[in-house]
Amino acid sequence: MPVDVGPRAGPHPVPVTLTINGMRHDLTIEPRVTLLDALREYANLPGTKKGCDQGTCGACTVLVNGRRIDSCLTLAIMHTGARITTIEGLADGDRLHPMQAAFLEHDGFQCGYCTPGQILSAVALLAEKRPLDDASIREFMSGNICRCGAYKNIVDAVAAAGKQNV
Amino acid sequence: MRPFAYTRTASSSAAVATVTADRDAKFLAGGTNLIDLMKDTVEAPALLVDINALPFGDIVEHRTFVRIGALARMSDTADHPAVVRIAPAVAEALLASASPQLRNAATIGGNLMQRTRCAYFRDVATACNKREPGRGCAAIDGINRQHAVLGGSRDCICVHPSDMAVALLAVDAIVRTRGPRGERSIPIAAFHTLPGDTPQIETVLEHGELIVAVDIPISRLASTSTYVKVRDRASYEFALVSVGAALSVRDGKIADARLGLGGIAPKPWRALASERALIGVAPSAAAFERAAEIAVGGARGYGHNDFKIPLVKRLIVKSLASVAA
Ligand SMILES: Cc1cc2nc3c(=O)[nH]c(=O)nc-3n(C[C@H](O)[C@H](O)[C@H](O)COP(=O)(O)OP(=O)(O)OC[C@H]3O[C@@H](n4cnc5c(N)ncnc54)[C@H](O)[C@@H]3O)c2cc1C
Ligand code: FES
Ligand code: FES
Repeated sequence: MPVDVGPRAGPHPVPVTLTINGMRHDLTIEPRVTLLDALREYANLPGTKKGCDQGTCGACTVLVNGRRIDSCLTLAIMHTGARITTIEGLADGDRLHPMQAAFLEHDGFQCGYCTPGQILSAVALLAEKRPLDDASIREFMSGNICRCGAYKNIVDAVAAAGKQNV
Repeated sequence: MRPFAYTRTASSSAAVATVTADRDAKFLAGGTNLIDLMKDTVEAPALLVDINALPFGDIVEHRTFVRIGALARMSDTADHPAVVRIAPAVAEALLASASPQLRNAATIGGNLMQRTRCAYFRDVATACNKREPGRGCAAIDGINRQHAVLGGSRDCICVHPSDMAVALLAVDAIVRTRGPRGERSIPIAAFHTLPGDTPQIETVLEHGELIVAVDIPISRLASTSTYVKVRDRASYEFALVSVGAALSVRDGKIADARLGLGGIAPKPWRALASERALIGVAPSAAAFERAAEIAVGGARGYGHNDFKIPLVKRLIVKSLASVAA
């Protein structure tokens, strides 16, 4: 039987190279390390937040090749070769990304814990060209829970950034 | 999470051979169900075979059917114009599932194979025959608001969580697989199994058998289909009860009907007797109410979930009325 699977990696730590915010990160991690833990614990990028660790809150949202996913339910080793964007990669030096600026402008947060995930999710929502009425924004932002209940202002921020055509 | 080894391949025969050869190996697709369950040690494979590089990511419209590759993402499938046109219920069910982030990662194959959300199944400190055959079912006398009213057994009353699978029942979908003994095509209604006294068995797939695609035949019936879901909040929540329905009407009479029910049984539930009762009669509220009554014949509540019986009846009537309109 032909078995041309790649070599087995692990369970011990193995080299895993990730491209995060355009920078190469050579990590040595076990296959069981999630993308979220790789970012926070190994790549020194704690901007991505861990809320539930089970796909139910969206705090861990990142972009992989421009698409939003929950980084807690995927393994880092699955994403070698992909383009990963975290909240640390959105601003251009000191110039905020328009979505970040819109969240500031509209007070789209209180404690701020859900905010990195909200902002990345909102950036993806615009890239997906979803309609920008309130109902649609609420539906397509529903994967991001805000314990502080800042939803009203989050919706305003997304709508405003959308109008600027980010 | 228990430690495990990881490998990936772009060859489906290699993936099938590798998993077939190792009882403790599993396919890894989007990971949104498997990794979650591995964190709680409900699943503890020793080897994961990442199948994301297999060439099954496309959705292709053929003359008589649309083929959705097993690795197509839920989001892309929901947005695909051919799926929206040929099988609206499937697109609607996918859009009403999980969240945009999860739908971007989760695949069609993984969706069919996802395991129950029963809280006792997920909590290794409690009794669950599905997780540990012979240990008992904590749900039967426990908190069973989410649980089944049809198709359960003394050993398990969980519900199947997939919205898409319920919609697939309404459009006669066919699951195509490649396994250690070759290829086969399995009608969606024959894909999932009831718990009986082996609740750990959930589908007819063999160990190592890979889903490669889901085919949806093009038909007038499927193009009229719809999916209706009732849940505890407006979005990002599993179904309490759901219905996938399709009707075709000719000369004022129902010529054909499909009725899939979700949230009420351990497998996506096809209400065959209700479908038969609809054929040949004029679409009317009375006919739909009769079909709903037939669907819940033999249903039994376990206390907290009694409400599902009247709820699913109302939802059947509502969804049939909407596809008849
Ligand atoms: C918070 C949350 C909310 C959700 N809400 C909903 C909802 O409302 N409705 C709904 O329907 N679903 C919902 N889901 C479930 C989600 O749809 C599933 O997790 C997802 O579809 C699984 O797909 P995957 O590709 O991630 O599978 P994986 O997690 O990779 O795999 C799941 C299982 O399928 C097997 N498998 C994967 N691909 C194949 C294949 N091609 N052939 C054979 N076996 C295979 C794997 O070995 C594994 O056992 C939710 C999930 C979460 C976490
Ligand atoms: S931490 Fe990933 S969804 Fe909550
Ligand atoms: S701002 Fe506190 S959780 Fe959203």
